[in-house]
Amino acid sequence: MKDYYDVVVVGAGPAGSITAKTAAEKGLSVLLIEKRQEIGDPVRCAEGVSKVWLRKHINPESRWICADVKGSRIFSPDGTMIEMAEEVAGGEVGYVLERKLFDRVLAYESAKAGAQVFVKTRATGLIIEDDFVKGVRLMHWGQEYDVRCKIVIGADGIESKVGRWAGIDTSLKPVNIETCAQFLMSGTGIDQDYCYFYLGNEMAPSGYVWIFPKGGGLANVGIGILGSKSGKKTAFEYLNDFVADKYPDARILEVDVGGVPVSGSIERTTANGLMLVGDAARQSDPITGGGIINAMEAGRIAGEVACNAISEDDVSVERLNEYEEKWRSTIGLEIDNSLVVKNVFINFTDKELDGLAHSLQDVNFSSMSLLDLLYALFKANKKLLWDLRGLFRNVVKNELDFDH
Amino acid sequence: MTIKVNKFKCGYCGACVGVCPAGALELVETWIEVDDNCTSCGICAKICPLGAIEVSR
Repeated sequence: MKDYYDVVVVGAGPAGSITAKTAAEKGLSVLLIEKRQEIGDPVRCAEGVSKVWLRKHINPESRWICADVKGSRIFSPDGTMIEMAEEVAGGEVGYVLERKLFDRVLAYESAKAGAQVFVKTRATGLIIEDDFVKGVRLMHWGQEYDVRCKIVIGADGIESKVGRWAGIDTSLKPVNIETCAQFLMSGTGIDQDYCYFYLGNEMAPSGYVWIFPKGGGLANVGIGILGSKSGKKTAFEYLNDFVADKYPDARILEVDVGGVPVSGSIERTTANGLMLVGDAARQSDPITGGGIINAMEAGRIAGEVACNAISEDDVSVERLNEYEEKWRSTIGLEIDNSLVVKNVFINFTDKELDGLAHSLQDVNFSSMSLLDLLYALFKANKKLLWDLRGLFRNVVKNELDFDH
Repeated sequence: MTIKVNKFKCGYCGACVGVCPAGALELVETWIEVDDNCTSCGICAKICPLGAIEVSR
Protein backbone atom coordinates (compact mmCIF):
# COMPACT_ATOMS: atom_id res chain seq x y z
CA MET A 1 0.00 0.00 0.00
CA LYS A 2 1.28 3.44 -0.93
CA ASP A 3 0.83 6.47 1.30
CA TYR A 4 -0.71 8.55 -1.48
CA TYR A 5 -3.39 7.97 -4.16
CA ASP A 6 -5.51 10.27 -6.29
CA VAL A 7 -8.66 8.54 -5.03
CA VAL A 8 -9.37 6.27 -2.06
CA VAL A 9 -12.65 4.33 -2.25
CA VAL A 10 -14.03 2.98 1.03
CA GLY A 11 -16.14 -0.13 0.44
CA ALA A 12 -16.01 -2.71 -2.36
CA GLY A 13 -19.69 -3.20 -3.15
CA PRO A 14 -21.09 -2.31 -6.58
CA ALA A 15 -20.90 1.45 -5.93
CA GLY A 16 -17.30 1.41 -4.74
CA SER A 17 -15.99 -1.01 -7.34
CA ILE A 18 -17.57 0.85 -10.26
CA THR A 19 -16.23 4.16 -8.94
CA ALA A 20 -12.76 2.63 -8.57
CA LYS A 21 -12.91 1.05 -12.02
CA THR A 22 -14.09 4.26 -13.70
CA ALA A 23 -11.47 6.41 -11.98
CA ALA A 24 -8.67 3.91 -12.71
CA GLU A 25 -9.66 3.65 -16.37
CA LYS A 26 -9.27 7.39 -16.60
CA GLY A 27 -5.70 7.09 -15.42
CA LEU A 28 -6.09 8.06 -11.75
CA SER A 29 -4.24 6.14 -9.05
CA VAL A 30 -6.93 4.41 -7.01
CA LEU A 31 -7.03 2.49 -3.74
CA LEU A 32 -10.17 0.37 -3.10
CA ILE A 33 -10.52 -0.93 0.45
CA GLU A 34 -13.00 -3.44 1.87
CA LYS A 35 -13.23 -4.04 5.59
CA ARG A 36 -14.41 -7.63 5.23
CA GLN A 37 -11.97 -10.36 4.40
CA GLU A 38 -14.29 -11.62 1.65
CA ILE A 39 -15.79 -9.23 -0.88
CA GLY A 40 -19.54 -9.83 -1.32
CA ASP A 41 -20.08 -11.67 1.94
CA PRO A 42 -22.30 -11.63 3.96
CA VAL A 43 -25.05 -10.98 1.40
CA ARG A 44 -27.53 -8.27 2.38
CA CYS A 45 -29.63 -8.28 -0.76
CA ALA A 46 -32.48 -10.04 -2.60
CA GLU A 47 -30.13 -10.07 -5.62
CA GLY A 48 -32.61 -9.06 -8.34
CA VAL A 49 -31.48 -6.65 -11.05
CA SER A 50 -32.72 -5.26 -14.37
CA LYS A 51 -30.98 -6.80 -17.40
CA VAL A 52 -30.94 -3.68 -19.53
CA TRP A 53 -29.39 -1.53 -16.83
CA LEU A 54 -26.90 -4.18 -15.74
CA ARG A 55 -25.49 -4.43 -19.27
CA LYS A 56 -24.59 -0.77 -19.21
CA HIS A 57 -21.90 -1.71 -16.71
CA ILE A 58 -20.85 -5.31 -17.28
CA ASN A 59 -21.43 -8.16 -19.72
CA PRO A 60 -23.54 -10.82 -18.02
CA GLU A 61 -21.73 -14.09 -17.26
CA SER A 62 -23.49 -17.31 -16.38
CA ARG A 63 -21.23 -18.00 -13.39
CA TRP A 64 -22.73 -15.10 -11.38
CA ILE A 65 -26.28 -15.26 -12.73
CA CYS A 66 -28.54 -17.68 -10.89
CA ALA A 67 -31.82 -17.12 -12.69
CA ASP A 68 -33.25 -15.37 -15.72
CA VAL A 69 -36.62 -13.87 -14.81
CA LYS A 70 -39.49 -13.30 -17.27
CA GLY A 71 -41.93 -11.51 -15.04
CA SER A 72 -43.40 -10.78 -11.64
CA ARG A 73 -46.41 -12.06 -9.76
CA ILE A 74 -47.74 -9.73 -7.11
CA PHE A 75 -50.26 -10.94 -4.52
CA SER A 76 -52.57 -8.65 -2.56
CA PRO A 77 -53.56 -9.60 1.01
CA ASP A 78 -56.61 -11.63 -0.13
CA GLY A 79 -54.48 -13.56 -2.64
CA THR A 80 -55.48 -11.66 -5.79
CA MET A 81 -52.63 -12.03 -8.25
CA ILE A 82 -51.36 -9.38 -10.65
CA GLU A 83 -48.97 -10.77 -13.23
CA MET A 84 -46.54 -8.56 -15.07
CA ALA A 85 -44.66 -10.40 -17.79
CA GLU A 86 -42.54 -9.26 -20.66
CA GLU A 87 -44.32 -10.48 -23.76
CA VAL A 88 -42.47 -8.47 -26.33
CA ALA A 89 -40.33 -10.64 -28.59
CA GLY A 90 -36.75 -10.79 -27.34
CA GLY A 91 -38.11 -9.52 -24.07
CA GLU A 92 -35.83 -8.79 -21.23
CA VAL A 93 -36.64 -8.38 -17.59
CA GLY A 94 -34.25 -9.34 -14.86
CA TYR A 95 -31.55 -11.54 -13.49
CA VAL A 96 -31.15 -12.89 -10.00
CA LEU A 97 -27.45 -12.60 -9.18
CA GLU A 98 -25.01 -14.48 -6.98
CA ARG A 99 -23.81 -11.38 -5.16
CA LYS A 100 -20.89 -13.22 -3.54
CA LEU A 101 -19.42 -13.74 -7.01
CA PHE A 102 -20.79 -10.61 -8.67
CA ASP A 103 -19.27 -8.21 -6.15
CA ARG A 104 -15.91 -9.95 -6.38
CA VAL A 105 -16.01 -9.77 -10.19
CA LEU A 106 -16.71 -6.02 -10.03
CA ALA A 107 -13.79 -5.51 -7.65
CA TYR A 108 -11.62 -7.56 -10.03
CA GLU A 109 -12.76 -5.30 -12.89
CA SER A 110 -11.45 -2.32 -10.93
CA ALA A 111 -8.17 -4.18 -10.30
CA LYS A 112 -7.83 -4.94 -14.01
CA ALA A 113 -8.30 -1.23 -14.68
CA GLY A 114 -5.38 -0.53 -12.36
CA ALA A 115 -6.92 0.06 -8.93
CA GLN A 116 -5.18 -1.42 -5.90
CA VAL A 117 -7.56 -3.55 -3.84
CA PHE A 118 -7.09 -4.32 -0.16
CA VAL A 119 -9.47 -6.52 1.82
CA LYS A 120 -9.74 -6.78 5.62
CA THR A 121 -8.88 -3.08 5.56
CA ARG A 122 -11.19 -0.67 7.37
CA ALA A 123 -11.43 3.09 7.36
CA THR A 124 -11.31 4.37 10.95
CA GLY A 125 -11.45 8.09 10.22
CA LEU A 126 -10.73 10.86 7.75
CA ILE A 127 -7.74 13.15 7.55
CA ILE A 128 -9.30 16.62 7.42
CA GLU A 129 -7.20 19.79 6.99
CA ASP A 130 -8.46 23.32 6.30
CA ASP A 131 -12.00 21.94 5.96
CA PHE A 132 -10.89 19.63 3.13
CA VAL A 133 -10.87 15.84 3.31
CA LYS A 134 -7.25 14.96 2.55
CA GLY A 135 -7.11 11.25 3.21
CA VAL A 136 -8.21 8.25 5.21
CA ARG A 137 -7.02 6.56 8.39
CA LEU A 138 -6.97 2.81 7.86
CA MET A 139 -6.75 -0.33 9.90
CA HIS A 140 -5.14 -3.07 7.82
CA TRP A 141 -4.45 -6.43 9.48
CA GLY A 142 -4.30 -4.77 12.86
CA GLN A 143 -1.92 -2.02 11.77
CA GLU A 144 -2.92 1.62 11.43
CA TYR A 145 -2.00 3.64 8.35
CA ASP A 146 -2.60 7.16 7.10
CA VAL A 147 -3.24 7.29 3.38
CA ARG A 148 -3.48 10.70 1.77
CA CYS A 149 -5.42 11.42 -1.40
CA LYS A 150 -7.21 14.12 -3.36
CA ILE A 151 -10.69 12.60 -3.15
CA VAL A 152 -12.25 10.09 -0.76
CA ILE A 153 -15.27 8.11 -1.98
CA GLY A 154 -17.61 6.86 0.76
CA ALA A 155 -19.11 3.64 -0.61
CA ASP A 156 -19.49 2.13 2.84
CA GLY A 157 -23.10 1.05 2.65
CA ILE A 158 -26.00 1.23 5.07
CA GLU A 159 -23.57 1.51 8.01
CA SER A 160 -21.69 4.41 6.36
CA LYS A 161 -19.44 6.45 8.62
CA VAL A 162 -17.48 8.31 5.96
CA GLY A 163 -20.23 10.88 5.34
CA ARG A 164 -20.73 11.46 9.07
CA TRP A 165 -17.00 11.98 9.57
CA ALA A 166 -17.18 14.72 6.94
CA GLY A 167 -20.15 16.38 8.63
CA ILE A 168 -22.95 14.93 6.49
CA ASP A 169 -25.70 13.49 8.67
CA THR A 170 -26.67 10.25 6.93
CA SER A 171 -28.54 8.75 9.90
CA LEU A 172 -31.86 7.17 8.93
CA LYS A 173 -35.09 7.57 10.89
CA PRO A 174 -37.01 4.31 11.45
CA VAL A 175 -39.55 5.40 8.81
CA ASN A 176 -36.67 5.71 6.34
CA ILE A 177 -35.27 2.18 6.57
CA GLU A 178 -36.69 -1.18 5.61
CA THR A 179 -35.44 -3.83 8.01
CA CYS A 180 -35.03 -7.11 6.17
CA ALA A 181 -34.43 -10.83 6.64
CA GLN A 182 -34.04 -13.49 3.98
CA PHE A 183 -33.66 -17.26 3.72
CA LEU A 184 -32.07 -19.08 0.82
CA MET A 185 -34.44 -22.04 0.60
CA SER A 186 -34.83 -25.31 -1.21
CA GLY A 187 -38.18 -26.96 -1.74
CA THR A 188 -40.42 -23.92 -2.26
CA GLY A 189 -41.54 -25.31 -5.61
CA ILE A 190 -41.85 -21.86 -7.18
CA ASP A 191 -41.80 -21.33 -10.94
CA GLN A 192 -38.18 -20.25 -11.54
CA ASP A 193 -39.25 -17.88 -14.32
CA TYR A 194 -40.94 -15.42 -11.96
CA CYS A 195 -40.32 -13.14 -9.02
CA TYR A 196 -43.08 -13.21 -6.42
CA PHE A 197 -44.21 -10.36 -4.18
CA TYR A 198 -46.72 -10.64 -1.32
CA LEU A 199 -48.34 -7.56 0.18
CA GLY A 200 -50.23 -7.27 3.45
CA ASN A 201 -49.94 -5.49 6.77
CA GLU A 202 -50.35 -8.70 8.76
CA MET A 203 -47.61 -10.40 6.78
CA ALA A 204 -45.21 -7.50 6.13
CA PRO A 205 -46.27 -4.11 7.58
CA SER A 206 -45.42 -1.29 5.14
CA GLY A 207 -43.22 -3.63 3.18
CA TYR A 208 -43.47 -6.88 1.30
CA VAL A 209 -42.37 -10.48 1.12
CA TRP A 210 -40.34 -11.44 -1.94
CA ILE A 211 -39.45 -14.77 -3.45
CA PHE A 212 -36.75 -14.61 -6.10
CA PRO A 213 -35.62 -17.76 -7.96
CA LYS A 214 -31.95 -18.68 -7.47
CA GLY A 215 -31.82 -21.57 -9.96
CA GLY A 216 -31.67 -25.32 -9.36
CA GLY A 217 -34.81 -25.31 -7.23
CA LEU A 218 -33.51 -22.68 -4.81
CA ALA A 219 -35.06 -19.31 -3.97
CA ASN A 220 -34.40 -16.20 -1.90
CA VAL A 221 -37.42 -15.87 0.39
CA GLY A 222 -37.23 -12.55 2.16
CA ILE A 223 -39.14 -9.81 3.89
CA GLY A 224 -38.74 -6.11 4.43
CA ILE A 225 -40.81 -4.16 6.94
CA LEU A 226 -40.67 -0.46 7.62
CA GLY A 227 -38.44 0.33 10.59
CA SER A 228 -41.24 2.29 12.28
CA LYS A 229 -43.36 -0.91 12.29
CA SER A 230 -40.56 -3.08 13.67
CA GLY A 231 -39.83 -3.70 17.33
CA LYS A 232 -42.43 -5.86 19.04
CA LYS A 233 -41.99 -8.31 16.21
CA THR A 234 -38.79 -8.43 14.17
CA ALA A 235 -38.38 -8.91 10.41
CA PHE A 236 -36.87 -12.32 11.19
CA GLU A 237 -39.98 -13.33 13.17
CA TYR A 238 -42.29 -12.14 10.38
CA LEU A 239 -40.27 -14.19 7.91
CA ASN A 240 -40.40 -17.29 10.10
CA ASP A 241 -44.19 -16.96 10.30
CA PHE A 242 -44.53 -16.58 6.53
CA VAL A 243 -42.32 -19.58 5.84
CA ALA A 244 -43.96 -21.77 8.47
CA ASP A 245 -47.34 -21.04 6.92
CA LYS A 246 -46.41 -21.25 3.25
CA TYR A 247 -43.43 -23.61 3.01
CA PRO A 248 -43.43 -25.78 6.13
CA ASP A 249 -41.37 -28.48 4.39
CA ALA A 250 -38.81 -26.25 2.69
CA ARG A 251 -35.21 -26.12 3.96
CA ILE A 252 -33.19 -23.07 4.93
CA LEU A 253 -29.66 -23.09 3.48
CA GLU A 254 -28.62 -19.52 4.36
CA VAL A 255 -29.85 -16.61 6.47
CA ASP A 256 -29.29 -13.02 5.35
CA VAL A 257 -30.26 -9.80 7.15
CA GLY A 258 -29.91 -6.13 6.38
CA GLY A 259 -31.30 -2.64 6.31
CA VAL A 260 -32.29 -0.83 3.11
CA PRO A 261 -32.42 2.99 2.97
CA VAL A 262 -35.85 4.20 1.78
CA SER A 263 -35.36 7.85 2.71
CA GLY A 264 -35.20 9.16 -0.84
CA SER A 265 -32.48 11.61 -1.85
CA ILE A 266 -30.58 13.12 1.05
CA GLU A 267 -29.68 16.80 1.10
CA ARG A 268 -25.98 16.49 0.37
CA THR A 269 -23.65 13.75 -0.86
CA THR A 270 -20.48 15.81 -1.32
CA ALA A 271 -18.02 17.76 0.82
CA ASN A 272 -14.62 19.28 0.05
CA GLY A 273 -12.64 16.28 -1.25
CA LEU A 274 -15.43 13.75 -0.70
CA MET A 275 -18.30 12.04 -2.51
CA LEU A 276 -20.78 9.45 -1.23
CA VAL A 277 -22.13 6.72 -3.53
CA GLY A 278 -24.67 3.89 -3.33
CA ASP A 279 -26.33 2.97 -0.03
CA ALA A 280 -23.91 5.30 1.77
CA ALA A 281 -25.57 8.12 -0.20
CA ARG A 282 -29.01 6.55 0.48
CA GLN A 283 -29.50 6.09 -3.28
CA SER A 284 -31.54 2.87 -3.09
CA ASP A 285 -35.08 2.98 -4.47
CA PRO A 286 -37.62 3.87 -1.74
CA ILE A 287 -40.38 1.65 -3.14
CA THR A 288 -38.61 -1.43 -4.49
CA GLY A 289 -35.56 -1.28 -2.24
CA GLY A 290 -33.39 -1.99 -5.29
CA GLY A 291 -29.95 -0.45 -4.98
CA ILE A 292 -27.50 -2.23 -7.28
CA ILE A 293 -28.18 -0.31 -10.48
CA ASN A 294 -28.39 3.09 -8.78
CA ALA A 295 -25.13 2.32 -6.99
CA MET A 296 -23.40 1.46 -10.26
CA GLU A 297 -24.79 4.51 -12.04
CA ALA A 298 -23.69 6.78 -9.19
CA GLY A 299 -20.29 5.05 -9.10
CA ARG A 300 -19.68 5.74 -12.76
CA ILE A 301 -20.66 9.40 -12.37
CA ALA A 302 -18.49 9.78 -9.27
CA GLY A 303 -15.50 8.19 -11.04
CA GLU A 304 -15.86 10.56 -13.98
CA VAL A 305 -16.34 13.62 -11.80
CA ALA A 306 -13.30 12.62 -9.70
CA CYS A 307 -11.22 12.60 -12.87
CA ASN A 308 -12.59 15.95 -14.08
CA ALA A 309 -12.09 17.62 -10.71
CA ILE A 310 -8.58 16.26 -10.16
CA SER A 311 -7.48 17.22 -13.68
CA GLU A 312 -8.58 20.79 -12.89
CA ASP A 313 -6.89 20.58 -9.49
CA ASP A 314 -10.13 21.62 -7.77
CA VAL A 315 -11.82 19.13 -5.45
CA SER A 316 -13.92 21.69 -3.60
CA VAL A 317 -17.54 20.97 -2.84
CA GLU A 318 -18.42 23.54 -5.51
CA ARG A 319 -16.47 21.60 -8.15
CA LEU A 320 -17.87 18.27 -6.96
CA ASN A 321 -21.36 19.68 -7.40
CA GLU A 322 -21.09 18.21 -10.89
CA TYR A 323 -21.64 14.83 -9.19
CA GLU A 324 -24.68 16.10 -7.26
CA GLU A 325 -26.21 17.53 -10.41
CA LYS A 326 -25.58 14.46 -12.53
CA TRP A 327 -26.93 11.85 -10.16
CA ARG A 328 -29.90 13.95 -9.06
CA SER A 329 -30.95 14.62 -12.66
CA THR A 330 -30.77 10.91 -13.57
CA ILE A 331 -31.26 8.24 -10.90
CA GLY A 332 -32.34 10.95 -8.46
CA LEU A 333 -35.52 11.68 -10.39
CA GLU A 334 -36.62 8.08 -10.12
CA ILE A 335 -35.69 7.97 -6.45
CA ASP A 336 -37.85 11.05 -5.86
CA ASN A 337 -40.79 9.53 -7.75
CA SER A 338 -40.49 6.30 -5.81
CA LEU A 339 -40.51 8.26 -2.57
CA VAL A 340 -43.90 9.74 -3.50
CA VAL A 341 -45.20 6.21 -4.14
CA LYS A 342 -43.69 4.91 -0.90
CA ASN A 343 -45.35 7.63 1.15
CA VAL A 344 -48.75 6.64 -0.26
CA PHE A 345 -48.09 2.88 -0.14
CA ILE A 346 -47.03 2.66 3.51
CA ASN A 347 -50.42 3.97 4.65
CA PHE A 348 -52.64 1.54 2.71
CA THR A 349 -54.86 -0.82 4.67
CA ASP A 350 -55.17 -4.42 3.50
CA LYS A 351 -58.64 -3.61 2.22
CA GLU A 352 -57.28 -0.79 0.10
CA LEU A 353 -54.49 -3.01 -1.24
CA ASP A 354 -57.08 -5.63 -2.19
CA GLY A 355 -59.23 -2.96 -3.86
CA LEU A 356 -56.25 -1.81 -5.89
CA ALA A 357 -55.48 -5.37 -6.96
CA HIS A 358 -59.12 -6.00 -7.93
CA SER A 359 -59.08 -2.88 -10.08
CA LEU A 360 -56.24 -4.40 -12.12
CA GLN A 361 -57.85 -7.78 -12.69
CA ASP A 362 -58.70 -7.06 -16.31
CA VAL A 363 -55.60 -5.08 -17.15
CA ASN A 364 -53.15 -6.81 -19.45
CA PHE A 365 -49.55 -5.81 -18.81
CA SER A 366 -47.26 -5.98 -21.77
CA SER A 367 -44.18 -4.82 -19.92
CA MET A 368 -42.86 -5.14 -16.40
CA SER A 369 -42.37 -1.45 -15.73
CA LEU A 370 -43.51 -0.31 -12.31
CA LEU A 371 -44.77 2.82 -14.03
CA ASP A 372 -47.25 0.87 -16.16
CA LEU A 373 -48.64 -0.75 -13.05
CA LEU A 374 -48.89 2.55 -11.20
CA TYR A 375 -50.51 4.33 -14.10
CA ALA A 376 -53.13 1.62 -14.51
CA LEU A 377 -53.75 1.76 -10.76
CA PHE A 378 -54.05 5.52 -10.83
CA LYS A 379 -56.54 5.52 -13.66
CA ALA A 380 -58.78 3.06 -11.81
CA ASN A 381 -58.38 4.57 -8.31
CA LYS A 382 -57.91 8.28 -8.75
CA LYS A 383 -59.42 9.18 -5.41
CA LEU A 384 -57.27 6.80 -3.38
CA LEU A 385 -54.12 7.60 -5.35
CA TRP A 386 -54.66 11.34 -5.83
CA ASP A 387 -51.31 12.08 -4.15
CA LEU A 388 -49.58 10.31 -7.03
CA ARG A 389 -51.07 12.57 -9.70
CA GLY A 390 -47.92 14.67 -10.10
CA LEU A 391 -45.91 11.55 -10.77
CA PHE A 392 -47.00 10.56 -14.20
CA ARG A 393 -46.11 13.73 -15.98
CA ASN A 394 -42.61 13.52 -14.46
CA VAL A 395 -42.17 9.83 -14.99
CA VAL A 396 -43.26 9.95 -18.59
CA LYS A 397 -40.66 12.65 -19.13
CA ASN A 398 -37.97 10.49 -17.50
CA GLU A 399 -38.87 7.55 -19.64
CA LEU A 400 -38.32 9.66 -22.73
CA ASP A 401 -35.08 11.06 -21.43
CA PHE A 402 -33.48 7.86 -20.20
CA ASP A 403 -34.64 5.16 -22.59
CA HIS A 404 -35.50 2.37 -20.17
CA MET B 1 -26.30 4.27 29.37
CA THR B 2 -25.57 1.88 26.60
CA ILE B 3 -26.86 -1.04 24.64
CA LYS B 4 -26.02 -4.71 24.66
CA VAL B 5 -25.60 -6.56 21.38
CA ASN B 6 -26.14 -10.29 21.63
CA LYS B 7 -23.30 -11.52 19.44
CA PHE B 8 -24.90 -14.94 19.15
CA LYS B 9 -27.97 -13.38 17.52
CA CYS B 10 -26.34 -10.52 15.58
CA GLY B 11 -26.09 -10.98 11.81
CA TYR B 12 -23.61 -8.06 11.53
CA CYS B 13 -25.69 -6.33 8.83
CA GLY B 14 -25.07 -2.78 10.08
CA ALA B 15 -28.70 -1.62 9.99
CA CYS B 16 -28.33 -0.40 13.60
CA VAL B 17 -25.32 1.71 12.61
CA GLY B 18 -27.34 3.35 9.83
CA VAL B 19 -30.12 4.49 12.17
CA CYS B 20 -28.03 5.59 15.15
CA PRO B 21 -28.65 9.35 15.48
CA ALA B 22 -25.60 9.78 17.72
CA GLY B 23 -23.17 7.94 15.45
CA ALA B 24 -22.27 5.81 18.45
CA LEU B 25 -22.21 2.46 16.66
CA GLU B 26 -19.79 0.92 14.24
CA LEU B 27 -19.79 -2.35 12.33
CA VAL B 28 -16.22 -3.59 12.64
CA GLU B 29 -15.88 -6.53 10.25
CA THR B 30 -18.21 -8.98 12.02
CA TRP B 31 -19.19 -7.27 15.25
CA ILE B 32 -20.82 -4.08 16.51
CA GLU B 33 -18.91 -1.66 18.72
CA VAL B 34 -20.66 0.98 20.83
CA ASP B 35 -18.96 4.15 22.04
CA ASP B 36 -19.72 6.67 24.79
CA ASN B 37 -21.99 8.75 22.56
CA CYS B 38 -24.79 6.17 22.95
CA THR B 39 -27.86 7.78 24.54
CA SER B 40 -29.85 4.52 24.89
CA CYS B 41 -32.50 5.98 22.57
CA GLY B 42 -33.37 2.44 21.51
CA ILE B 43 -33.85 3.06 17.78
CA CYS B 44 -31.22 0.42 16.95
CA ALA B 45 -33.02 -2.17 19.09
CA LYS B 46 -36.32 -1.30 17.41
CA ILE B 47 -35.11 -1.81 13.86
CA CYS B 48 -32.69 -4.73 14.33
CA PRO B 49 -34.00 -7.43 11.96
CA LEU B 50 -32.92 -10.16 14.39
CA GLY B 51 -33.83 -8.56 17.71
CA ALA B 52 -30.21 -8.86 18.81
CA ILE B 53 -30.00 -5.53 20.69
CA GLU B 54 -31.09 -4.81 24.24
CA VAL B 55 -31.20 -1.32 25.71
CA SER B 56 -29.98 -0.82 29.24
CA ARG B 57 -30.93 2.51 30.80
